[in-house]
Amino acid sequence: MANIIKVRTERCKECGLCVVNCPKKAIEFEEKINQSGYRAVQVKNELCIACGVCYTMCPDGVYEI
Amino acid sequence: MGKTRKTPSIIDKPMNFCPGCGHGIIIRLICEVLEELGQDNNVIFPIGVGCSSNLGGGLVADRFHCSHGRAAAVASGMKAVSPENIIVSYQGDGDAYSIGIAETINAAYRNENITVVTVNNTNFGMTGGQMSWTTMPKQKTTTSQLGRDCDKTGYPMKFPELVASQFNIAYAARGSVHSPASINKTKSYIKKAIESQMNNEGYSVVEVMSPCPVNWNMTPVEAMDRIKNELIDYFELGEFKQREVIK
Ligand SMILES: Cc1ncc(C[n+]2csc(CCOP(=O)(O)OP(=O)(O)O)c2C)c(N)n1
Repeated sequence: MANIIKVRTERCKECGLCVVNCPKKAIEFEEKINQSGYRAVQVKNELCIACGVCYTMCPDGVYEI
Repeated sequence: MGKTRKTPSIIDKPMNFCPGCGHGIIIRLICEVLEELGQDNNVIFPIGVGCSSNLGGGLVADRFHCSHGRAAAVASGMKAVSPENIIVSYQGDGDAYSIGIAETINAAYRNENITVVTVNNTNFGMTGGQMSWTTMPKQKTTTSQLGRDCDKTGYPMKFPELVASQFNIAYAARGSVHSPASINKTKSYIKKAIESQMNNEGYSVVEVMSPCPVNWNMTPVEAMDRIKNELIDYFELGEFKQREVIK
């Protein structure tokens, strides 16, 4: 399952709601900082099952599945 | 593979809410519902004053910024002159209950055919977290620094229960955004509310419990836990007035 999930990192505000709710623990924060000054999320594609929980929890429209 | 999920096009712009704010989730739910019902190009949003005003930056839909607390009255006027449009007012708890309770209640009393979505974050988010009508007993805010004293200031108000028990309205419910399951449930409430407006059944209101991490002095995750562990014991989730199914 390569890249079925699209992550718009420039929108991420590092709230972490997707990270704690992800059932597969497939989301983590990047090392680098996005243009708004947050450490954005990145998805480990090999763990992702495209359940959509991150899309549901995200207040900022980062995810698209 | 699961089903595809994409932010509705009318709300697909970056918005200026604080990290972890519930507003972004709630407006997305409303827009998803409108899209599913095929009404996303037929909607007008009367928007209240408060953090809800930040929608102005994100929405690509007709909207009107109402004076503080009066969105339900403006919505009634919009529906009267333009009944073919779907009218969804979007207000905070301070806007709808503390400041504009007269307009909010009178719209329900007249059973206007509008949908009201109120975002209850138990304080006035935009102006720095002052006490509102839904602030919990003993909650510390910038205007209740020793904790809210309910003997002096009244007890937190439960608006959907109030209108559901007193007035002849179509639909009243309270949802929350603290977990994926509660978000999906809230979406079904909003859908029923907007459907009842489409069927000309009358007034519908959905209150949504939402986190305000910055003014609660919490992290976004702690704020969600506060809703789960503290707020929904008092502000019970569910439907208080069901629609009669029209065959
Ligand atoms: C007539 C008037 N009085 C007061 C204000 C200041 N004011 C702006 S936003 C706000 C509170 C909004 O709180 P709420 O509706 O709970 O929305 P939130 O920001 O929490 O989402 C107040 C009192 C104003 N703009 N206009």
